[in-house]
Amino acid sequence: MGANLSELLADLQEDQVIETVKERMAKGEPAIGIIDELQHGMELVGKRYQAQEYYLSELIMSADIFKSATGLLGDAFRASNDKIGKIVLGTVFEDIHDIGKDIVAIVLSCNGIDVIDLGVNVPIERFVDAVREHQPDFVGLSCLLTTAYDNMKATVEALDAAGLHEGRKILIGGGPVDETTRAYVKADAFCKNAQEAADMTKKMLGVN
Amino acid sequence: MRIVGELINSSRPAVKRAIQERDGEYIQSLALLQKQAGAHWLDVNCGTFVTEEEEVMLWLLNQVQATCDLPLCIDTPDAKVLTAALKLIDKPGQLINSISFEKKRLDGFLPLIREYRPAVVALCLEDQGIPKTAADRLRIATALVETLQKENYDLAEIYLDPLITPLSTSNTAGQAVLDTIAEIRAAYPDVHCICGLSNISFGLPQRKTLNATFMVQTMVRGMDAYILDPTDRELMGLYYASKALLGQDKYCGDFLRAYRTGLFNPAGAPKEG
Repeated sequence: MGANLSELLADLQEDQVIETVKERMAKGEPAIGIIDELQHGMELVGKRYQAQEYYLSELIMSADIFKSATGLLGDAFRASNDKIGKIVLGTVFEDIHDIGKDIVAIVLSCNGIDVIDLGVNVPIERFVDAVREHQPDFVGLSCLLTTAYDNMKATVEALDAAGLHEGRKILIGGGPVDETTRAYVKADAFCKNAQEAADMTKKMLGVN
Repeated sequence: MRIVGELINSSRPAVKRAIQERDGEYIQSLALLQKQAGAHWLDVNCGTFVTEEEEVMLWLLNQVQATCDLPLCIDTPDAKVLTAALKLIDKPGQLINSISFEKKRLDGFLPLIREYRPAVVALCLEDQGIPKTAADRLRIATALVETLQKENYDLAEIYLDPLITPLSTSNTAGQAVLDTIAEIRAAYPDVHCICGLSNISFGLPQRKTLNATFMVQTMVRGMDAYILDPTDRELMGLYYASKALLGQDKYCGDFLRAYRTGLFNPAGAPKEG
C-alpha cells in the first residue's frame, strides 16, 4: 500500500507524494480514495500553519503539491471531487492587496471548500455576476485599506439589491477589519484569519 | 542615502496606547529618539484608527512638531487626511507616502501635490494589482516619473518604491526588486529609490536577518532611501558599513562617527572617551 499519503503531503514530501499517487493509480485504485487522503493531508497542513509550525512559503508549497498530485488524476479528480461548500472570494475594488485573500483561498480549499477567486480590485458587477453564476454558499470580501470600506459596503448593498444575499453568508476579512466594520458594511461575519474562516464556514455548513 | 524613521505607527501597540491616552510625551520621545539615531524624515501613520484618522494624524503631527524640526513623511492613502496634514504642517520639505498609479490614489493626490509640492514616494502599483516582474514595475515607474515631470517635478524630489512583496509568497520576490532598482537607475540615474524593509520577510521567521540582508542587497543595486527603525542598532551598523563600502561615505566619516558613539558596542556599553 505504501506510505500514508496524508502524512507525506503534510510533511511536504513532494517527490514521494507524486510517486505514491502514480503507484496507486497504476494499481487501479479509485480516485476518490486518493483524493480523500490528499485532502486530509491539506487539513493537517492547515493546522500546522495555524499553529505556526509551518510558515507561509510551506503553506503555498503544500497547495502546489496538492495541485500537482490531483493534476495526475485529471478528469477523475474533477468528476469525483466532493466539496462541502462553495465560496466566491475577492478583494474589493480600489484595493489590490491579495496575500491574505490567497491564504484564505488555500486554507478553505484545504478544508474541502470550492473557492472561486475573483482576484483583486474586483468591481461590484463582477461580484454580482459571479454570485449569480456560481450560486455559492458564501461570499468572501477582503480588503486591507480602510479607504475601501465604503466599497465593501457598496458591494454588500448591490448583492442585497440583486436578491443574491438571501440563502448565503457574506464574510469579510483583512487587516483592520473588525466587528465595527462588519456592522458598517452589513456583512454577516468577519474572520480574523484563514483558520477562523475555515472553522466558521464549516460550522455554518453544519460540517465537522 | 536617506532614512525615514518608521516608529510612529499606530499599528505598534505602544503607539496605539499613547494615542488612545493622548500621551504626547511618548510620541515626542519617539520623535527625538529617531532624530538622534539619524533619521532624515519621520514617518507618521495612524491608519489603524479608521474612524478618526484625520483627528489622530493632526494630534500626532502637533506632538512631533512641538519637539522636533525634522520634516515629516505623511503616511496615509486618504486624500482628506493628507490635505489636513499638509495644511497643518505648512512647511516645505515634507514627504508624502505615497502616490501610486492607481487611479483613485493619483487623482486624489495630484491636486495636493500641485498645491503643496512635497517630495513624493511613488509606489510602483497600478489598478490591475501587484506587478509580477521587474519589467512591469519599470513600466509603472516610468509612467509615474513622466506624470510628475509634467507637474515640473525634479527627479530629486521623487522617491520610487519598487513595491516589496513577501519572499514567502514567491521565490523571485527579492530578485524582482533587485532587478527593478537596477533598471530604474539605468533609466533615471537621478531619481531616488526607497522602500520599507519589513514586507520582504512577511510570513517567515527570523525576519530581522532577512530584512537586514535585503537592505544590503538593495543598496548594492542602487536603493538610496529606507523606511526603517533607526533605533535598531544592528540594522544601522549594517547600514553605515554598507554605505561606506559602496563609496557613499567620504573618508568613512559617518561610519567612524557611528563607531565612536558606540553603535557597534553591546547595548549600554560606554562610548569612546
